[in-house]
Amino acid sequence: MATLQDTPHDATAEDGVRRRDFINVAAISFAGVGAVAVAVPLLTQMAPSADVLALASIDVDISKIQPGQAIKASWRKQPVFIRNLMPKEIAAANAVPLSELRDPQTLAERTKPGHSNWLITMGVCTHLGCIPLGTGEGENRGPFGGYFCPCHGSAYDTAARIRKGPAPKNLQVPQYEFTSPTVVKIG
Amino acid sequence: MSFGWAQEYQPKSGFMRWIDQRMPLPRLVYGAVGGGYPVPRNLNYFWNFGILSGLMLTVQIVTGIVLAMHYYATADGAFDSVEHIMRDVNAGWLLRYSHANGASFFFVAVYIHIFRGLYFGSYKAPRELVWMLGLVIYLLMMATAFMGYVLPWGQMSYWGAQVITGFFSAFPVVGEPLRIFLLGGYAPDQAALNRFFSLHYLLPFVIAGVVILHIWSLHIPGSGNPTGVDVKTEKDTLPFHPFYTAKDGFGVGVFLILYMGVTFFWPDYLGHADNYIPANPLATPAHIVPEWYFWPFYAILRSFTVDFILAAKLWGVLAMFSSILLLFFLPWLDTSPVRSGNYRPVFKRFFWLLVADVFVLGYVGGAEISPVNIALGQFASAYYFAHFLIILPLISKLERPLPLPNSISESVLHGEAEESAPYGLATSGPVTAE
Repeated sequence: MATLQDTPHDATAEDGVRRRDFINVAAISFAGVGAVAVAVPLLTQMAPSADVLALASIDVDISKIQPGQAIKASWRKQPVFIRNLMPKEIAAANAVPLSELRDPQTLAERTKPGHSNWLITMGVCTHLGCIPLGTGEGENRGPFGGYFCPCHGSAYDTAARIRKGPAPKNLQVPQYEFTSPTVVKIG
Repeated sequence: MSFGWAQEYQPKSGFMRWIDQRMPLPRLVYGAVGGGYPVPRNLNYFWNFGILSGLMLTVQIVTGIVLAMHYYATADGAFDSVEHIMRDVNAGWLLRYSHANGASFFFVAVYIHIFRGLYFGSYKAPRELVWMLGLVIYLLMMATAFMGYVLPWGQMSYWGAQVITGFFSAFPVVGEPLRIFLLGGYAPDQAALNRFFSLHYLLPFVIAGVVILHIWSLHIPGSGNPTGVDVKTEKDTLPFHPFYTAKDGFGVGVFLILYMGVTFFWPDYLGHADNYIPANPLATPAHIVPEWYFWPFYAILRSFTVDFILAAKLWGVLAMFSSILLLFFLPWLDTSPVRSGNYRPVFKRFFWLLVADVFVLGYVGGAEISPVNIALGQFASAYYFAHFLIILPLISKLERPLPLPNSISESVLHGEAEESAPYGLATSGPVTAE
């Protein structure tokens, strides 16, 4: 019979652990397991939902982009710069020694073989996420002829590599492939 | 805080002492739900439902805040955003079903809590204010639940909003302008939806505030008990912790099993299929009823079919509001000094008749309108008012209650000296029997 006297300061078994200690620990532990189980849906709901993840890839028609021109496409609600480089811009990019670069990469590493005139990068400055200028006609392309971020003055060259300013990395190259000579699938 | 023998808070560590001296929050918690709150030792499981109501309020606030991260209150997009929650948001289906069924289980807990109070006379002196604050919480809950039901902007949402706000148009002269003012338009639309969302988010926190007052006013005299006899000595009480935290913990486990059982296996059982049709201002569903927890009141509303001095519509609305406002006067309608129904043989019978009557009202409120149902609803509505206004005062005067026990400990422990010793003060030898 469990009586009211069966309380914390008496009725100790030989090994010093009472039945009630075990029940207490088991009950509180299980409540802890339950709390973790409840936390899972309450937290995962914040992660991207299925409809957001479904926007994972886009097809872009690049047939209308003349050499020297660039467009902005929207992928996952972020701008992607697609630029048709002129031969002199390719030459300028290839002329830079890698040792001068903050984030050393060649133009060839940043384009697809056979499509080295197509520079496709995220239009998100690697400093703090602004959209650099340089895609539109007449926009400031900065001292290196690529892109120029108006927020804090990061300047990118014609391979969209960081050359000057606070940004730490080159403009990121997204995963993409040419599904035909005039269509790029991004994502 | 209520009895002289309540244990005083003793900080277990230097850190807690430091906190306690500067801001006695640990002391407050200890005195409210810890070892410092002496509770009658004879509470039965009906006394779990206060904690369970508080639990459901918490569940509703937590799931509601999370749902509000995905819901948008626009007449064009609200319905789609709810479907978005159901299909696209991670675990969104679980959160929404938990919230929708949580409302029902909140009302289940509160209704049992209210009828516990009615049976055991919890509304009587010195706890009148506890009872009245509880009724305020209940009214706020009804407003919150109604506005929450409008938010999915399905057919039942829309026409529920139309009908409920239509109550206000029953009042002469000011009625129709008042209704238009409340809706911000001539029919429920963007303005109404947006303000309902705003208030639906606000009111639960108002409820939480009134809950604090409810508990505060309860803890002045301390909890009631099934005998209705006042606590007299330390023998009559046990510390809230660990005795009632454990008992409430068990109740919480059982209640959550039922709640989650419905949420997982019959998530739409308590809802209406019509609410999965987007709101259409040009077509009313064939059978429009509120959620089950409003059915008894809906039955009272529909029981008035003939104009008598005032319009039938106005009578219905007045009767429906009166059926709750009446309860504010209950402490003075029931004048019997005996609290517990256990010692009131006549009251006990009429109490169960009232329970049956409310179930009949609930049935009528949820059923289709037919001549039989209307007659049944009229009879049950009349009986509801007669119970409180005629039967209860008469019983209080005429009834001869059973003899009350001298004390709580005597009623439960039959005077066994050892068992009735105050908790922790047993003086006899070590416990042997196990």
